[in-house]
Amino acid sequence: MTQAPEQEAPPVPEGHVRLTIDGETVDAPKGEILIRTCERLGIVVPRFCDHPLLEPAGACRQCLVEVEMGGRPMPKPQASCTMTVADGMVVKTQRTSAVADKAQQGVMELLLINHPLDCPICDKGGECPLQNQAMSSGRAESRFHEHKRTFAKPLPISDEVLLDRERCVLCQRCTRFSEQIAGDPFIELLERGAHQQIGTEETAWGDGEDFQSYFSGNTIQICPVGALTSASYRFRSRPFDLVSTPGTCEHCASGCSTRRDWRRGGVTRVLAGEDPNVNEEWLCDKGRFAFRYPTSAQRVLQPMVREDGVLTPVSWVEALERAATLLATARDGAGAPRTGEDGEELAPKRGVGVLPGGRATVEDAYAYAKFARVALRTNDVDHRARAHSAEELDFLAGYAAGVAPSHVSYAHLEAARTVLCVAFDPEEESPIVFLRLRKAARHGTRVVHVGSWTTPAVVKTGGHLLGAVPGEEAAVLEDLPADLATALGEPGAVVLVGERAAEVPGLLGAVSALAGRTGARVAWVPRRAGERGGVDAGTLPTLLPGARRVDDAAAREEVAEVWGVPTLPDTPGRDLTAMLTAARDGELAGLVVGGVELADLPDPELARAALAEADVVISLEQVLTEVGERADVVLPVAPAVNRSGTYRNWEGRDRPFGTTIDPGQGGSGRVGGTAAVTLPDCRVLDSLAVEMDVDLFTQTPQSAAAELAELGTVAVTPSTPATRPSATSGGSDGPSLTPDVSDAPLARPVRLATWRQLIDGGALLAEEHDLPGTARPPRLRVAVGTAERLGLVPGEPARLGDALELVVEIADLPEDVVWAPAHVPVAGGVVTLAGLGLHHGDPVELSTGASQ
Amino acid sequence: MSQPEEYRPDPLTPVLTRRWLLPESWTLRHYTELGGYSALDTALATDPADLVALVKDSGLRGRGGAGFPTGMKWSFIPQPKPGEEPTEATKDAPQFKPKYLVVNADEGEPGTCKDTPLMMADPHSLIEGCIITSWAIRANFCAIYIRGEIVHAIRRLHYAVKEAYEAGHLGQDIHGTGFDLDIVVHAGAGAYICGEETALLDSLEGRRGQPRLKPPFPATAGLYAAPTVVNNVETIATVPSIVAGGKEWFRTMGRERSPGPKIYSLSGHVERPGQYEAPLGTTLRELLEMAGGMKDGVPLKFWTPGGSSTPLFTAEHLDVPLDFEGAAEAGSMLGTTALMIFNETVSVPWAVMKWTEFYEHESCGKCTPCREGNYWLAGILQRMNAGQGTEEDIDTLLDVCSNVLGRSFCALGDGAVSPITSGIKYFRQEFLDLCQAQPAATERVLAGAH
Repeated sequence: MTQAPEQEAPPVPEGHVRLTIDGETVDAPKGEILIRTCERLGIVVPRFCDHPLLEPAGACRQCLVEVEMGGRPMPKPQASCTMTVADGMVVKTQRTSAVADKAQQGVMELLLINHPLDCPICDKGGECPLQNQAMSSGRAESRFHEHKRTFAKPLPISDEVLLDRERCVLCQRCTRFSEQIAGDPFIELLERGAHQQIGTEETAWGDGEDFQSYFSGNTIQICPVGALTSASYRFRSRPFDLVSTPGTCEHCASGCSTRRDWRRGGVTRVLAGEDPNVNEEWLCDKGRFAFRYPTSAQRVLQPMVREDGVLTPVSWVEALERAATLLATARDGAGAPRTGEDGEELAPKRGVGVLPGGRATVEDAYAYAKFARVALRTNDVDHRARAHSAEELDFLAGYAAGVAPSHVSYAHLEAARTVLCVAFDPEEESPIVFLRLRKAARHGTRVVHVGSWTTPAVVKTGGHLLGAVPGEEAAVLEDLPADLATALGEPGAVVLVGERAAEVPGLLGAVSALAGRTGARVAWVPRRAGERGGVDAGTLPTLLPGARRVDDAAAREEVAEVWGVPTLPDTPGRDLTAMLTAARDGELAGLVVGGVELADLPDPELARAALAEADVVISLEQVLTEVGERADVVLPVAPAVNRSGTYRNWEGRDRPFGTTIDPGQGGSGRVGGTAAVTLPDCRVLDSLAVEMDVDLFTQTPQSAAAELAELGTVAVTPSTPATRPSATSGGSDGPSLTPDVSDAPLARPVRLATWRQLIDGGALLAEEHDLPGTARPPRLRVAVGTAERLGLVPGEPARLGDALELVVEIADLPEDVVWAPAHVPVAGGVVTLAGLGLHHGDPVELSTGASQ
Repeated sequence: MSQPEEYRPDPLTPVLTRRWLLPESWTLRHYTELGGYSALDTALATDPADLVALVKDSGLRGRGGAGFPTGMKWSFIPQPKPGEEPTEATKDAPQFKPKYLVVNADEGEPGTCKDTPLMMADPHSLIEGCIITSWAIRANFCAIYIRGEIVHAIRRLHYAVKEAYEAGHLGQDIHGTGFDLDIVVHAGAGAYICGEETALLDSLEGRRGQPRLKPPFPATAGLYAAPTVVNNVETIATVPSIVAGGKEWFRTMGRERSPGPKIYSLSGHVERPGQYEAPLGTTLRELLEMAGGMKDGVPLKFWTPGGSSTPLFTAEHLDVPLDFEGAAEAGSMLGTTALMIFNETVSVPWAVMKWTEFYEHESCGKCTPCREGNYWLAGILQRMNAGQGTEEDIDTLLDVCSNVLGRSFCALGDGAVSPITSGIKYFRQEFLDLCQAQPAATERVLAGAH
């Protein structure tokens, strides 16, 4: 064809083939799909079923092109989405081939004969591949005089997803996504011919399973027509009336890129952003649908101080002054003198602890860390609003603090031959990590889960479970099957550790020992978006910003120099439980609390007692919580959508985001109809510090980030933790989590296994009414033998402890173990097992509901 | 099923049909008495590779419609080289996977009725063919995917398989050779598309019956992603006679590139409809003579050479030799040699509409051209036959056909437009007659509006 003369053409690179497309010579990697090669040349071939992350289907036939192989034209036009490139191939797309052009026009006409002309009321109108390609490859006048096929519409295939079958072009992207990517094949093709349709068991038979998936929203986004629509977005707006702003998902530590579409001060929908390094093009339903909390009635929009026991709205100046005065007094132990029960004089309460919570941005966490050290002169800071331990502090210092994505990243998971998940159910705790593990498993990676039962995540990542009795996971790691231990010694093997490993004494040590023994790389995958940033920014009692240890004098000096202060407090601080205990016992005078839900804490009662006993409670919050209801001063802070910042995801990858809706920008910034301006935590803390005569220089997230960057991170070699100084923790051991069966006055000792489910009534689900319908129902799971021994009937309720009644399901747990979700949504809130005093590994009482 | 009363060895060549008229011809006893299962011993004493070569040399071509050389299909099955043992690197390679034989007994093409009577009258010839073929391709499992509606044939085949097991022709250590083979008779659920070999495999695996993307072809990744031969019933049932008679004998029948006997199914306006086994290359004129001519002497108008998916022929084509080449040269295809014969009383647009309604009903829905195209074509033809057509509709029909032919995922769409394009080609005036008094549509309609 038009190839350059032989002597001028550079050699074909290794592993490539050379072909001609529309007269242009191109080298393509072997195995590349033709339509991708066209894309690289800038040639747009229209398509519907093709999606780069799904396996080829060749169903829609829109992408037909003419192909010549070995000098012989192929008799039929070929689907460029299924054909792989070959050496010497000559391809003519619609740009140069009348045959290809007519084929595409013909398919487009056929796609439109049964498609309704309802673009003016269709959600997809304006961003619809069918609409666009009908313009580029379709005809203006119809030859179709027959009756269009009609269906009843819409069909709810889940609480979140509605189906208009008339609009469907049967490209099967949704069914292929569900089968290949999510592994939730509850949505399928039904019937045949022109009656073929997408459906579920429920739409086919009138009852049965509907489309249950944590990833169902992706089908809406990849639908190339308006057949799948979102219940929460349907008929809400036209895409061209929305402003699209890139964002980062605030819900978990996966760090997904998002696109927030908004208008008139409110987000109307969230879509997955494209980031091949992180979430590819996917987003879980929580990230996609749970975006209404910023406009909930519970939002705190004005500063408040407590006057005569009642929270009263005041100006920022007044609130900051009051808070500063209270904090300075508490810090210095200058409060009222105390007398003991016998009238003796007690030492005054002294000091303020900081509890920033696990949802802060890196910049906010840095501000909290600096505020504690500089304004409050203490290392009493701990963002871990969950089960935690001193052992975990050591582990985080060795394996998380300062570790870059080059250690373990999504790409590493995909490339690994073996991945071991410890105390981590990826689908429930980090859904996009789950998708990557599933992708890896489909390509041969062996994903092994140390857990108590074969959860859906285990099934969908290859089904390898290493059964463990709750509380005894460490012993399982110490005695791994030989083949697995060997596999973990191979290059690229990864151990993923969940945050709840801290609940099991010795488990993190066992992980560390395993890593030392095998050389496998360890990565810590927390649940909340701010956990990892907190570790790196220094909101832990033993760590300063940049992975520096509090007990390292040189590190303290480095930080003090940048901060412009003479010294930093040198004793490691108290952890969350130790702070709460000290406050309850009258030793700690005050607490500064960020976004902390008491129900999330390992001992909510202790927290309530501590807040009641503390002299000073300052709360920075987005929505009024139990902490705010007790606080002396409540300072409103901005939700992610109204501010900029950076989340650092589990990989250690920075996920910066700009302001989506700027509350300062006149009418567009109205939040829920009010013109409130809320500020990022770092700005609030900066102003508060100024009132305490200290400068944090964190007025904006940018300035906080700049200073953190100036501090830098000390060199970290996570695979050799033994070279790091051994930890001397100032924290408590937390509540005793060691099961002590001999002391338990139980007739039937059953051990509890528990963790949280993805959608379980958290605060960020506020105002989102459809999403809870797709939550997995809370169930008690036991083995058959245990159920029989205790007289539990599957499908019937049983009682866990004194208060919680849930329906029983049989699963492959070890005998005498019961699994329950850690949070159970109930009318008006959540019941947490921790709130009932029940913890992972504990002996619990389990009985039939009826007999009690 | 009927045969001419007077037995004539030529031009009829009863090979597959020679036992059909015996009482209780389907029993193992009758099959064995007439030399059945003796070819099996010959085959089991032959090296499998030699068997493949024998069938290749015999020139046997697939009887399911496409006419692909059977021996070549078998030779595509990857086999380990002599002495080759699986290594860590090659243990998952196709040559070390199990091999499967799948028999396509999903006979559903309109007009086609050769496999069903064969399985009714002589199921053991199919079973013996299965065993020999399995030996040749080194398969130990064979599935016969049979059309779900023909319950009588399913029962008879089940009974025959049971008889064969009891006689030691199936199961472990067949005839003391150490060869094991199991046959499973699997009934489909009534979808025409499951006669397409990859849709058949998906259906057999328990999935939705829709054609698969090729490559990989069944020869490397077929049933359960293992190397698989998919052959038609008549093809497999022919194999024992080739083993017994030899390739030279087989080539004495038929023509050079299409040798052997073939069951021609005559239906419609003929005096004695039924199955006539004659050498490939026999003409309709000869077949009509055997069948007693056109019914009541009403002249022939049009006919299909191989089922509704093959373009129509007319009385001009009475002397076209009905083999793979002859039919193709005359502008049609041999297909399944299902000759549907229509006399002058039949309206071509009406017959074409009925066929198109069949394809509309049976399109699997996977690809746009076939799913939407047949819906539209059927709609236009119904409207035309109701007297509401316009001349413009004829152009639309042909243009839509050109957008379906060669654009659909599998051959169903190609077959579906054959009756329309050939019907208009030979009988355009009949379509025009339907449109008389219908003014051409002049209003402009926005695309998608209707």
